[in-house]
Amino acid sequence: MTAAIEARGVTRELPGPVPVTLVRDIDLAIHPGEFVAITGPSGSGKSSLLYLLGLLDRPSAGSVTLDGIETAPMSVDDLADLRLARIGFVFQFHFLLPEFNARANVAIPMRRLGRLAPAAIAARADQLLGALGLAEHTHKLPEQMSGGQRQRVAIARALANDPAVLLADEPTGNLDSRSAQTVFDLFRDFARNQGRSVVVVTHDHDLAATADRQVHLVDGRIV
Amino acid sequence: MALPLGLSIAARHLLHRRRQTLTSLLGVSLGVAFFIGIASMMQGFQRDFVNRIIDAAPHVTVKDEFRTPPPQPVAIAFPDAVVELRGIKPRDEVRGLRGARAMIDDLEAMPGLAVAPTLSGQILLRFGSKDISANVTGIVPEKERRVTKLEKDLIAGSLEGLYTAANGIIIGEGIAIKAGIGMDDMISVVSPAGVVLRMKVVGIFRSGITLMDNFDTYALMKKAQILQNRPNVINRIRIRLADVEQAADMARTIEARYGYRTESWQEQSSNILGIFVIQNGIMYSTVGAILIVACFGIFNVISTVVYEKTRDIGILKSMGFRDADIRRIFVYEGLIVGIVGMVIGWALGYAIVEGLGAIRFNMEGFVRAQGFVLYRTPKHYVISGLMAVTASTFAAWLPARRASRLNPVDIVRGAA
Repeated sequence: MTAAIEARGVTRELPGPVPVTLVRDIDLAIHPGEFVAITGPSGSGKSSLLYLLGLLDRPSAGSVTLDGIETAPMSVDDLADLRLARIGFVFQFHFLLPEFNARANVAIPMRRLGRLAPAAIAARADQLLGALGLAEHTHKLPEQMSGGQRQRVAIARALANDPAVLLADEPTGNLDSRSAQTVFDLFRDFARNQGRSVVVVTHDHDLAATADRQVHLVDGRIV
Repeated sequence: MALPLGLSIAARHLLHRRRQTLTSLLGVSLGVAFFIGIASMMQGFQRDFVNRIIDAAPHVTVKDEFRTPPPQPVAIAFPDAVVELRGIKPRDEVRGLRGARAMIDDLEAMPGLAVAPTLSGQILLRFGSKDISANVTGIVPEKERRVTKLEKDLIAGSLEGLYTAANGIIIGEGIAIKAGIGMDDMISVVSPAGVVLRMKVVGIFRSGITLMDNFDTYALMKKAQILQNRPNVINRIRIRLADVEQAADMARTIEARYGYRTESWQEQSSNILGIFVIQNGIMYSTVGAILIVACFGIFNVISTVVYEKTRDIGILKSMGFRDADIRRIFVYEGLIVGIVGMVIGWALGYAIVEGLGAIRFNMEGFVRAQGFVLYRTPKHYVISGLMAVTASTFAAWLPARRASRLNPVDIVRGAA
């Protein structure tokens, strides 16, 4: 089976007077419907690996493929288009646009992609927010919502274009344990019931234990 | 209808920072409004002046002068020799334009030209205890009325009065006021040739051009020739063209043909037209400075927005927004400020022009007027609008470019 996303011999080095290696010689394949947790101590390269898998960053060596397509020769714009259509990101901070309400925030990726009509975009945004328990909050601005609610809006936004891959960087870092568990339950559901590949970077070993697979990083290497 | 995404984000950014946005808008609006007001006032004055000159003065004047001294015979005979002549004096063209009658016949045969011969010179008008120095122009009334609008400018008397009175003279309103001269008054006229004539005022004109009204007088050609002691001399040929724009070309053609210095109305008024160029320069510099200050405001606002929205830029790029999409958002912000500022500026500018138009006062400078002479044209609105929108967009471009170059990884790392 073709991996949804695969890193082969990926190394990322930051150039400079003293080059810093973020990740080294990573081989990792994430399959459709798989829920993977990346764990490791601070500075082990978890987020760096996630950004490489999400085509936000380019490896210094090695390659990343998405659905078997080699991404190395792609232009910055092509990578942006691929992210828009195929990848959803969730970060520790919700990064919602403060001037837009929940529905408008969720609609942004769909409007950028331009596949749906405005009415269909609004309906899908409402459906996603409803599925995440935010049906009553679609018109609220981010500042009018709790941390957990904002993070769920961010998840809805990441799912807006129906991505095959969902990448989350410490998505529960700012949440209480109950909200964190809810978010992880959602991720597990996305993988098992919707067939998406979900990769989550987390410090929380208990939550990581609920994933299908754990990848542990130390000093930029998988151990 | 929903706005395009980039435009909608840009509009939200600006609405979120109302005070700074308003300051930028005000800068652009004032720049546009002042441009419209000042341009209307200055071009109004300039066009009025030019129209008066075109109406009142001949379009082309042939003078009994040479632009450059004619070459000396020795220089013609020995073109390759090094020749130095000392003590050469300009030829005194006592006889005025040589072959003037033939020239006039030639010129009158050309289509679109009205031609009038004149003799110009200096005189001293004496009325009671008042002595006033003036120019006298000897004219042939039936030809003069085809070349200048002297007849229309007469506020008293008529051109025919020059024939009916023994020694008739028409004077400018400025001279009449200065010396307290009225119609039918007898004045003494003294020329540099020493000829003294008692002349009767048969007309007073008001051209609206101060210089002409204060210094010009007209008499019959014969009387002027007697005054100047230059019988049968014509020293100016005045020409009016059907197409005033052809004046410079026509002047060059005539000068090339006859050799005499021939000046178009533009050349004759070059001093004042030169001042207009300086005035326009000052106007564009002033308005440009206002717009530059406004642009700094826009630059400042958008730079601040870019700085504040760095995290948003990061997430938009991670979502799949291209560099160009990000750049477009911030350029839109400049464009919105420019367009809204332009529209407000247009309204303000219109109000300024109408306000200036309502002011009444007596002004006497190059021309005489009872208030500001305003030139209302859509061109001022188009130019000021283009300047505002271009400047605003350019001011937004620099921070927009910076925003588009931000690396999303650096942003999400820094914020996380």
